[in-house]
Amino acid sequence: MNIQNTITRTAAETALLEAYNHQVSDLPGDGAVLSARDLLLSDLKDAGLPTRRLEAWHYTDLRALLRTVPAFDGSAFAEAVAPLAIGSSVLTVLNGRADVGDAPQGVVVKRYGESLLDGTAAGDLVERNTEDAIGRINGTFVRDGFEIEIPEETVLVQPLELQIVQSAGQSHSRFPVTFGPGSKATVIERHLSVDGTPSLVSSVSDLIIEAGAEVTWILLQQQGDDDTHLGQLNFELGENASFKLFVINAGGKLVRQEVHGVVTGEGSDFKLRGINLMGGDSLTDVTFTLGHDVANTTSTEIIRNVLFDRARGVFQGQIRVAQDAQKTDAKMACNTLLLSDDADFSAKPELEIFADDVQCGHGATVIDLNPTHLYYLQARGIPENRARAMLVNAFVDEIVEELESETLIEPLELIIAEWLARHA
Amino acid sequence: MLEIKNLHARIAEDGTEIIRGLNLTVKAGEVAAIMGPNGSGKSTLSYILSGRKDYEVTEGDILYNGESILELDASERAAKGIFLAFQYPVEIPGVATMQFLKVAMNEQRKYRGEDELKTPDFIRRVKEAAAELKINPDMLKRPLNVGFSGGEKKRAEILQMALLEPSLCILDETDSGLDIDALKIVSDGVNALRSPDRAVIVITHYQRLLEYIVPDTVHVLYKGQVIKTGDKSLALDLEANGYADIIGAAA
Ligand SMILES: Nc1ncnc2c1ncn2[C@@H]1O[C@H](COP(=O)(O)OP(=O)(O)OP(=O)(O)O)[C@@H](O)[C@H]1O
Ligand SMILES: [Mg+2]
Repeated sequence: MNIQNTITRTAAETALLEAYNHQVSDLPGDGAVLSARDLLLSDLKDAGLPTRRLEAWHYTDLRALLRTVPAFDGSAFAEAVAPLAIGSSVLTVLNGRADVGDAPQGVVVKRYGESLLDGTAAGDLVERNTEDAIGRINGTFVRDGFEIEIPEETVLVQPLELQIVQSAGQSHSRFPVTFGPGSKATVIERHLSVDGTPSLVSSVSDLIIEAGAEVTWILLQQQGDDDTHLGQLNFELGENASFKLFVINAGGKLVRQEVHGVVTGEGSDFKLRGINLMGGDSLTDVTFTLGHDVANTTSTEIIRNVLFDRARGVFQGQIRVAQDAQKTDAKMACNTLLLSDDADFSAKPELEIFADDVQCGHGATVIDLNPTHLYYLQARGIPENRARAMLVNAFVDEIVEELESETLIEPLELIIAEWLARHA
Repeated sequence: MLEIKNLHARIAEDGTEIIRGLNLTVKAGEVAAIMGPNGSGKSTLSYILSGRKDYEVTEGDILYNGESILELDASERAAKGIFLAFQYPVEIPGVATMQFLKVAMNEQRKYRGEDELKTPDFIRRVKEAAAELKINPDMLKRPLNVGFSGGEKKRAEILQMALLEPSLCILDETDSGLDIDALKIVSDGVNALRSPDRAVIVITHYQRLLEYIVPDTVHVLYKGQVIKTGDKSLALDLEANGYADIIGAAA
């Protein structure tokens, strides 16, 4: 008897491995893809789900938290919803199945299922490192998604929405996207659930942003109250490129969203803006790593969290400035509004600086609503509940306003207001 | 309209008594000026009238239109028509001024059982009132009071007052920070609101404001009590001689 057999698997681990056995015959992929999947699966078998003993999972013990894994349900039905912003092109992934219906002019879109079948995707199916449970799970099970190329100097006037709708079961998607030199685009990656059946969704987006490109990416997660969402967004930022990433979590029961970036081109600018709305018994974890690898780059990260009920939240932010990355300017802030004594938020900002001529800083605050602000609003006749809601809204709205486009700001404000109305 | 009887109040947090047996009556239609040295409790009194929770009333009562308001919270008092123009208006980032005005007006209307204002009607009212007070409409596009200059904040307070049409207006040092032209504009704004069924309490250090908003009564507050009451000549007297004599006589 070898030692592996003596490890007791959790119900979720067993269910994941069984899910593989059930699906393996119809998971898309050529031989190369299949062997990449096998490698990931064997790592998954050996390591199990990550526990708090792994540094990257210290605050989110996935092994303990993920109780059950719903079986893959190929017959589940999900329908697309109206796009977030009027005028957007929409590419849908409904219950894990991608549809190249409405690709915008001048953009090259291929179903990721095709890339798995023809084997061009094989190289994608690797782990970032030994703690990369999301990459591992997603790579093992991925069925579809989109491979997108926005060619050099292409300017998308309207946003492109990737709409990933789940109703039940599991879905695992991937989105490799290349923004060619000098291109400009706004992409909305929107995950939502259409009914209350618990589901497991994993999603990995791999972005390559080439020289001089200007990209806004809005990652909007609106899963259901019983859903598990495991997301990862990786990016590489080229010379003089600018990348604004908005991460908005407004749903899910167990949510881990990772963002991993490498700044590889001088003169580039990265902005991360996060809004995490948490309520009920949910856990939302945003884990972020950024490497400034070259000189003269800037980054700012602002994360705003709002917690109600017994919600738990995590932000891990790590900025690494390489020895050659002189004149890096990096600032990270994580502000949390704790609106319940039973809610809890852990923030772990980290700076690892190997260069000597840099400006880097981070701060994490936990606050309550400002009583003077509350009083002022009440003194004008606004009842306490409404006044509180206005202030919570104000706390996150400052971030939304940075989108600077009314067609994006308005619908996001509405989503936030509706979420707050349900939880406040 | 307002009857304050033997009011004692302290800071809730540490129990320090600030208002110590204060009596004051203000009738409908009246303009009452409250003067008094720094730290005598003028702003504290205005906060207590508005329902700020940082203060606790330990004795006495405040009657507004014959009914005690001690049990009402700030928003209810406001909806019943009590308005405080703050000495230091608060900046609230993230709350758009227009949205704030609309919510405040409509919540008050709702409390009184009136219909909500339609958006065009609301916008028209704001535009008109802002024009009267020579407020640049661009200011209203900003978050509430954020980045407003001292004088702009005071004008914005009066704009709110004009829109909310309260029946008891309390102005806490609205004149401080206003330039000479603004003082005139703001005073005109206040005078426009004067009516037989409205009362105004003007807290100020300076006679100058009282030349524009002429008071019916003048009250001197000292160590949490009204130690002297008179007519508008009392303000002139204070301007010329300071508080020493009055304080000495009361002691
Ligand atoms: N929340 C508080 N905490 C501590 N001290 C307070 C508080 N509120 C009021 N005080 C004290 O109570 C006294 C009265 O203050 P208040 O602001 O009412 O004076 P004022 O008459 O308005 O003065 P000014 O003319 O300078 O505006 C002061 O000594 C002040 O320091
Ligand atoms: Mg004062």
